[in-house]
Amino acid sequence: MEAVRFENAIFSYNDDGRDPAVNGVTLSIGKGEFVAILGRNGSGKSTLAKLINALLLPTEGKVYTCGMDTSDEKLSFEIRKRAGMVFQNPDNQTVASIVEDDVAFGPENIGLAREEIGRRIDFALGAVGMREFRHATPSRLSGGQKQRIAIAGVLAILPEIMILDESTAMLDPRGRREVMEVIKKLNREQKMTVILITHFMDEALQADRAIVMHRGEAVMDGAPEEIFARSDELEMYNLTLPRAAYICKKLQSAGMPVRNSFTAEELAEAICASLHRG
Amino acid sequence: MLNDVTFGQYYPAKSFVHNMDPRAKILFVIAYIVAVFLADNFFGLAAVTVFLLLGVFFSRVPFGRVLRSVKMILFLIIFTAILNLFFYSSGAELHILWQWKFITISWEAIINMVFLAMRLFLLVMGTSVLTLTTTPVALTDGIESLLTPLKWIRFPVHELALIMSIALRFIPTLMDETNRIISAQKARGADFETGGLIRRAKAMIPVLVPLLVSAFRRAEDLGDAMDARCYSGAKGRTKYKKLTFTWRDLVGLLLSAALITGIVFLNLYFGGKFAVFDWIAGNFFVG
Repeated sequence: MEAVRFENAIFSYNDDGRDPAVNGVTLSIGKGEFVAILGRNGSGKSTLAKLINALLLPTEGKVYTCGMDTSDEKLSFEIRKRAGMVFQNPDNQTVASIVEDDVAFGPENIGLAREEIGRRIDFALGAVGMREFRHATPSRLSGGQKQRIAIAGVLAILPEIMILDESTAMLDPRGRREVMEVIKKLNREQKMTVILITHFMDEALQADRAIVMHRGEAVMDGAPEEIFARSDELEMYNLTLPRAAYICKKLQSAGMPVRNSFTAEELAEAICASLHRG
Repeated sequence: MLNDVTFGQYYPAKSFVHNMDPRAKILFVIAYIVAVFLADNFFGLAAVTVFLLLGVFFSRVPFGRVLRSVKMILFLIIFTAILNLFFYSSGAELHILWQWKFITISWEAIINMVFLAMRLFLLVMGTSVLTLTTTPVALTDGIESLLTPLKWIRFPVHELALIMSIALRFIPTLMDETNRIISAQKARGADFETGGLIRRAKAMIPVLVPLLVSAFRRAEDLGDAMDARCYSGAKGRTKYKKLTFTWRDLVGLLLSAALITGIVFLNLYFGGKFAVFDWIAGNFFVG
């Protein structure tokens, strides 16, 4: 089954259609997939994300989310119920001064009964490991915790697709790890489709599939390992390799016979193996 | 529920008054304010004072803490009191105590001054018992619920309440931001500490402009985030938090009704504030 389908989608922030931010993207994302969308600043990756939940409507072409045409405004509510979105700045997406009230915001909007909202808050906070902060004040939490609350706020609507628009960009390494753990768990255990927009290559490695955006076009699409193996091409799009992959490549070019590896663990094993052989 | 304080003067404690429904507390305070203005003589004010002391006692907020809220407007109280003392005039004949050129001090002026100061004092003390025992969030919920009837005349009650709660929620965020901008401008050599009032006010411009710009950016982000979470106005929306009216609130409302009726009776029985003259004369200088 298909979660999202772009059909030659074009979007421009200018009225006359100059300099489209998304320029003729055609791709489809399956249900339950974990997709990372990569690209440098201004490559159109955030615009692409906003086309999925009808925050932006394509100027040309079509975007279908869970089979629904996003350009039909009558469907936006249903689309947003199914495709939840977590944004970059945790401070700018919290509506209430108490955690549970903030998580309740989405369920209240879709008109659920009180008891059901209570259950959803419980579930959502449990899923992000923040149950004991139910009555806390978001402004006193750490960045990672705030972002987990934001994820809980989206989860409480029980969406089929979770879009994370650079949601880890403002976090410290620890907060980033916390959020990534939560996302991976959701994908694995709830079978949720995850679309992760990021410029951290290490995060992309944890996805099933990576799409590289450049000047509004989807220029690379494949398994992360496959994409990172094409390092020259990546460089053309101003993207760098994950740290371990970079070291690995340097070692190879210096004449050390290590096999392609992308994470620190893989690299360590590859180096050991090559040392044993040598 | 003790850690949901973001700002304001909420005093966390578990007490009868803290546990009251915010709506009942707001109604009680409205009745209290009406009583303060309705009271026409010192007996009425004394009755209001008794209610205030009861309120403070059952809220378990230290009396000094409540008193501190008066400090902020102490100047205002003294200022109006002094003006009233020197420039009091009324149609009736005054019992002049002291006169110098156009300034006169009369017994009536002194009584009026004391009366006015007490009124202001009671007003501030009473309302601060409300804000000391109710979180801003609960206050907003209470106001929203009390304004619900206005929906009939298409008054945007839900929108108003949402605006208030978002404003509350953003106060700490914008405070942090202000401090950050001040530090950034200081690092560039901005001077906020020296100079006169006008110079200092001018020095704030490089702080206020970026603050405003960033507030707009935040507002735009928040709008997107609310849209993404299916916000589409009050229509079809439910509410998770429900306010519950308990016996405490019934007690509060009955007491406020009693207070108002009591004041009306005291007014009728003892007359205006200057009736004190007659009362003193009648009791101490008989014959």
